[in-house]
Amino acid sequence: MSAIPETSMPTAPVTARTSRLSRERIRSAWLFLAPMLIVLAGVALYPLYRTIWFSFTDASLDLLGEARFIGWRNYLEYVDYGNGDGEWFGLLADPRWWRSVWNTVWFALVSVSLETAFGLVIALVLHKKFPGRVWVQAAVLIPWAIPTIVSARMWAWMLHDQFGIVNDMLQRLGLIDAPVAWTASPETAMIAVIMVDVWKTTPFMALLILAGLQMVPKDMYEAARLDGVPPIRLFRKVTLPLIMPALLVAIVFRALDALRVFDIVYVMTPNTDATRTMSVYARENLFDFDRFAYGSAASTLLFFIIALITIGFIYATRMNLEGDER
Amino acid sequence: MTAPAWLKTTGFYLLVGIIVLQALFPFYYAVLTSLEDGQALFEVNYLPAVFDLSNYRSMLSDGVFGKQILNSVFVATVTVIISLFLAITASFALARIRFRGRGLLLLTILSVSMFPQIAVLSGLFELIRAFGLFNSLWSLVFSYMIFTLPFTVWVLTTFMRALPIEIEEAAIMDGASSFTIIRRIFVPLLWPAMVTTGLLAFIHAWNEFLFALTFLSTDTQRTVPVAIALISGRSEFEVPWGNIMAASVVVTLPLVVLVLIFQRRIVSGLTAGAVKG
Repeated sequence: MSAIPETSMPTAPVTARTSRLSRERIRSAWLFLAPMLIVLAGVALYPLYRTIWFSFTDASLDLLGEARFIGWRNYLEYVDYGNGDGEWFGLLADPRWWRSVWNTVWFALVSVSLETAFGLVIALVLHKKFPGRVWVQAAVLIPWAIPTIVSARMWAWMLHDQFGIVNDMLQRLGLIDAPVAWTASPETAMIAVIMVDVWKTTPFMALLILAGLQMVPKDMYEAARLDGVPPIRLFRKVTLPLIMPALLVAIVFRALDALRVFDIVYVMTPNTDATRTMSVYARENLFDFDRFAYGSAASTLLFFIIALITIGFIYATRMNLEGDER
Repeated sequence: MTAPAWLKTTGFYLLVGIIVLQALFPFYYAVLTSLEDGQALFEVNYLPAVFDLSNYRSMLSDGVFGKQILNSVFVATVTVIISLFLAITASFALARIRFRGRGLLLLTILSVSMFPQIAVLSGLFELIRAFGLFNSLWSLVFSYMIFTLPFTVWVLTTFMRALPIEIEEAAIMDGASSFTIIRRIFVPLLWPAMVTTGLLAFIHAWNEFLFALTFLSTDTQRTVPVAIALISGRSEFEVPWGNIMAASVVVTLPLVVLVLIFQRRIVSGLTAGAVKG
């Protein structure tokens, strides 16, 4: 026991010095974080707070400063006509809003599923070694790099009902008899939008899955190959469970992105009930219909839907944010 | 029972061929269309039939489009520079210094990157009008921080965490200030990561549409995605598709070149944000 004071003696001054040093470092940490946090608060938190506030007011585009608090009336309000009759008003009673919620959910569900399936195929191809692999990967990346607006217009041209190459191809192949008005007719508008989104974002999905594939230890495959496990079984029993975490992250990232889709829908199929999403609905009300408060209410609802999903995801995966492995 | 080897190989390369074709064809077709004019535009061609630069000439000679390209270059470049500067100091604090609330802070920053842009649109609109930035390119530089900043901070933090502690020990012992440590040790070591994140932030800012559509109101101030989205004819039959495709190619070509040059960096940056997190 007498050894303790002896060993602790020389360390004592060092500890004092490091703690002064670490105090200094912690102070400088906040100093370094301050500019970034101020900008982020100014560009994200304050505007979010104002959006939520506006959703409880009667603000209009030109009279933002004179907005008055009106409670939940933008969301839901029962107007009594006095003769025992009445009507529900507000966002939650607006069939157009529910239609756009449904459109958004449907869009997210279908496009993310397709992107996952195609992304998996492309990732598995890119995971193999073959001559020219780098070039194939570069080619796959190109749809991702093309601006969304450009891909929307490129595809709108390719899907043109009279001069479009897609109709031409399908007719040559005998798959359709007459040209289809892809973006104009309500039955196919959503298909067109989903098609473009899948084309554009599958590369992102493929790369995330590929990164997951590359983390699977090589000897695992080697062992399975020597044991003569058939490839499909190998994929189902070994590869898929191992890449599941990466796959889930990719799916959630994409789903959150898909739920706020705006650009493609706004440019390819303007003013169609068939494809109007929550973001498009909100912006229409904010700036086109001069119902600023009402649009803010729609934005607020969209925010809380996405926030709930994000929180659920972070909780479910218990992400290691502290980086405490060191 | 198993298929012969040559069949497997053929099937595999067929798949590779389909993947490359579907990825490249729309852009190829846009280039093809942009080189057609007049009647050729309204015939479906699979191979180049004419070589006519008049679409490009008419796009670039009217002056506004050139200004719009410069607007996009300005906004994307300034956004990247400011966010990298803010992010490198912040991620130093987040990656190398232990303090209470660090995990929560990272979580907050990550959740900001999940913000739907539409959720802040009305609040930002009010703020930008109050600052007198409406229809100014600075409104975009400011508002783009909402997606470039969380992303650059997040990726630079993961990269910085991966560096061993020893590299700064000597500097700390010498009594170097934290700012000196960042400038002399981390910036030189991290510049590849900074190029990667800067590149991705640039592409993101270059492609952004919703804010640019909302915060700019005159033709000469617009960025190219908005300009391309708003090109239209007086009727459905007068949409100048040749011009639209020429503008699209001009806007996309720099990005395609960037992808070809920095392919590996882009891939590592894209995945670092998600997988390592």
